[in-house]
Amino acid sequence: MAGDTLTAEGPGRCAGYTHKVPGIVDITPDRHTRGARFRITSGPLDAAVTAAAVETARCGAVTVFVGLVRDHNAGRRVIWLEYECYEPLAIKSFERIASEAEEHWPDVRLAIAHRVGSLGIGEASIAIAAASPHRAEAFAACRYAIERVKQIAPIWKREHFEGGDVWVEGATADPDNEDARRQAVARAQP
Amino acid sequence: MRVTIRLFARLREITTAGELDRQVPDDATARGAWDVLTSEFPKLADYTRVISCAVNEEYAPFDRRLKDGDEVAFLPPVSGGARDPVPRTGDAASGISD
Repeated sequence: MAGDTLTAEGPGRCAGYTHKVPGIVDITPDRHTRGARFRITSGPLDAAVTAAAVETARCGAVTVFVGLVRDHNAGRRVIWLEYECYEPLAIKSFERIASEAEEHWPDVRLAIAHRVGSLGIGEASIAIAAASPHRAEAFAACRYAIERVKQIAPIWKREHFEGGDVWVEGATADPDNEDARRQAVARAQP
Repeated sequence: MRVTIRLFARLREITTAGELDRQVPDDATARGAWDVLTSEFPKLADYTRVISCAVNEEYAPFDRRLKDGDEVAFLPPVSGGARDPVPRTGDAASGISD
């Protein structure tokens, strides 16, 4: 957790990450507390930090999803991955996803952190934490969040494999597409 | 008027720049800005039907009228979810159709 420090210091900020935190880049300074819950970073992700952003005394459950770089994909041996994002829109997407989840599961709070840059095998590319008074909602909201991130967050992945590299392009859903959102809810509550 | 154009992933590689300032007609829409780009970089045209668009950091339809100084971003499909493609519907992400 070295380097990841919550701070209430700085003009116009309360309990958000500041620009001075090592390894955390391009955090919009005026997002106040949102900065701690939704972030893009070029440094290693720490699931405990993500969880800490949503834990409160009302929570009986926190679930954390961590997405890791896998050593194979589509029959290829993956060597490393490179992530790129459109940061302001990615942060807004995370905020939107959290709002959607809070609408569906009113007592849930979400935190989403995504890493960008070059990642080796086994490194975490995303950490999502969902906190809730009870576990069922925390599990469901966490699953919902990762499904929605895959659908609507403007984040791209370039796979470097033995013999070449490729931008992995998958589905893009219009954020307002209700079919996509319902599909994410269905996966969250099988 | 001038607008700032942001490009990502493969689109960025085609133009070799993540950010471009370009002159567009005063009544240009986001689609118009894309047209300016595709005439300069014909390889971008392969993406005309699959990209999404954002204006000033919000998803926007391609018929959004631009203002001087706007930032318009063109977004190739995002990573992940390739096994279960979600149909793209609605104005905001429907790509440009003729």
